[in-house]
Amino acid sequence: MKTGLILMAFVVAFGIARPATAQSVPLVADLSNHLVAITTGFTGTDVLLFGATDGPGDVVIVVRGPATDVTIRRKNRFGPIWANSEAIAMRDVPSFYNVASNRDIAEFTSERIRALYEIGVENLKLKFVEPNQPEETRQTYGDALIRLNTERGLYSPENGKVSLLANRLFRAELHFPANVPTGAYEVGIYLFRNGDVVSGEFVPLIISKTGIGAEVYDFAHNLAPIYGLFAIVIAVLAGWAAEAAFRRT
Amino acid sequence: MQIYLPIAEMSVNIFLILGMGGVVGLLSGLFGVGGGFLMTPLLFFIGVPPAVAVGTEANQIVASSVSGVLAHWRRGNVDLRMGAVLTVGGFIGSTFGVALFSVLRGLGQIELVISLSYVVFLGVIGGLMFYESAKAIVRQRAAPTGRSPRSARGPGRHTWMHGLPFKMRFRKSKLYISALLPLGIGFIVGILAAIMGVGGGFVMVPAMIYLLGMPTQVVIGTSLFQIIFVTANTTFLQATVNQTVDVVLALILLIGGVVGAQIGARMGAKLRGEQLRILLALIVLGVCLKLAFDLVVTPSEPFSFGGFGE
Repeated sequence: MKTGLILMAFVVAFGIARPATAQSVPLVADLSNHLVAITTGFTGTDVLLFGATDGPGDVVIVVRGPATDVTIRRKNRFGPIWANSEAIAMRDVPSFYNVASNRDIAEFTSERIRALYEIGVENLKLKFVEPNQPEETRQTYGDALIRLNTERGLYSPENGKVSLLANRLFRAELHFPANVPTGAYEVGIYLFRNGDVVSGEFVPLIISKTGIGAEVYDFAHNLAPIYGLFAIVIAVLAGWAAEAAFRRT
Repeated sequence: MQIYLPIAEMSVNIFLILGMGGVVGLLSGLFGVGGGFLMTPLLFFIGVPPAVAVGTEANQIVASSVSGVLAHWRRGNVDLRMGAVLTVGGFIGSTFGVALFSVLRGLGQIELVISLSYVVFLGVIGGLMFYESAKAIVRQRAAPTGRSPRSARGPGRHTWMHGLPFKMRFRKSKLYISALLPLGIGFIVGILAAIMGVGGGFVMVPAMIYLLGMPTQVVIGTSLFQIIFVTANTTFLQATVNQTVDVVLALILLIGGVVGAQIGARMGAKLRGEQLRILLALIVLGVCLKLAFDLVVTPSEPFSFGGFGE
């Protein structure tokens, strides 16, 4: 069973590794859009995920944002005021994380399988920069990470909805809020039968800034000193123009 | 209508920002203050990261000071020599301030230092302003003719400040004082400007009147003049070192601010001085109390993202 599981993880990790004939592909899926552009008027977006299975089964979708390093700080009381004191750093934390399924995941998977495939925010494997943290610290800071990201709308502890049609076709609306981090996303689709993953597919999704916003961001980061001068020139001109405009009236 | 701020990396309602710029501009036109000390906390309250709020506000103040200084310049109310000495101190101070800002940000203490600075300065300034204007009103009621307030520096008054070396003559201000005084004031206000995202006029103006003894008609123009250079330096350094200047946000704030300031200046001409100042003092004390309350109250969420990874 254990080896079977690892083997399956291997199969999933490399997409559909079976030398499948055209008819026997158990799972195909795609997105309505592989590139989400954050423009100046961006207020969040929905991307449609759709696909088909070769028979009955349960579908689970896991959306992971680009991995980032984060530091989480904790406030403590110093005299009358609250100030940040200890901090813990984590590596490769998904900046965005969402799960969707056609029914309650606990009904058709075991806790072990969910932990193996990191399905559900509570199953994310967090890598602490300082390796030997006591279990209690790991738990507290792990919960804090999930809570903070949930508050910002980047993690969702509630499962989204996958609609199944005639046990063959499925679709799901993946929602990305206005503050969605940019980068390469990975949408994992798992097909479950009898409590185990029988097939998996990964679809990439790129979220990037475009238009004026992107230009400004790149300018500010790549040519920082020139951007600074540019900001000053704009401010001086704007201030002068404003004064001139109101002087006449 | 939502607009995405490229550096703050958040989506905001453009009318909210225009409105905030307008209201703060109105207050600054009404009271003749820069308004940075009100705008920066307001930006915190709507969720702009503190570092971006401070960097962007410096940029906006460049514009509002340019717009404000021109009228004073035409009337000849700018002491260039004094302005230049204050600017030198301010340059050193703001450079030091931005470096300190970076270090504190890395330690996760920048928000605390910003909040504490605001609580202390707003508390002191608001308290003094409230006390002075309340006293003036009481005095007016008691004796309708009313004496003019006594100048802090009368002729012949001699303190340790007049014993300092490197004396310089400032013709327009009718002063012969040590250059170390304006240098020092410029330096301290420069640090404040960089860390708090303000022009520092609310510290600079009283310091010029009470510490240096400058004539009041050149104080505002000279203060605005040096604020342009100090906030320009802060903008440049915040953009280069911390990448926290959002020109899109600055421009929207500016549009609201300029219109508000013009309306405010016209309204201010019709209202009574002491009542106005009490009103401003109450606003300042209100912002101060809100920030102090947030520091003292048990946070509902003791955890936060910190450092540069955020």
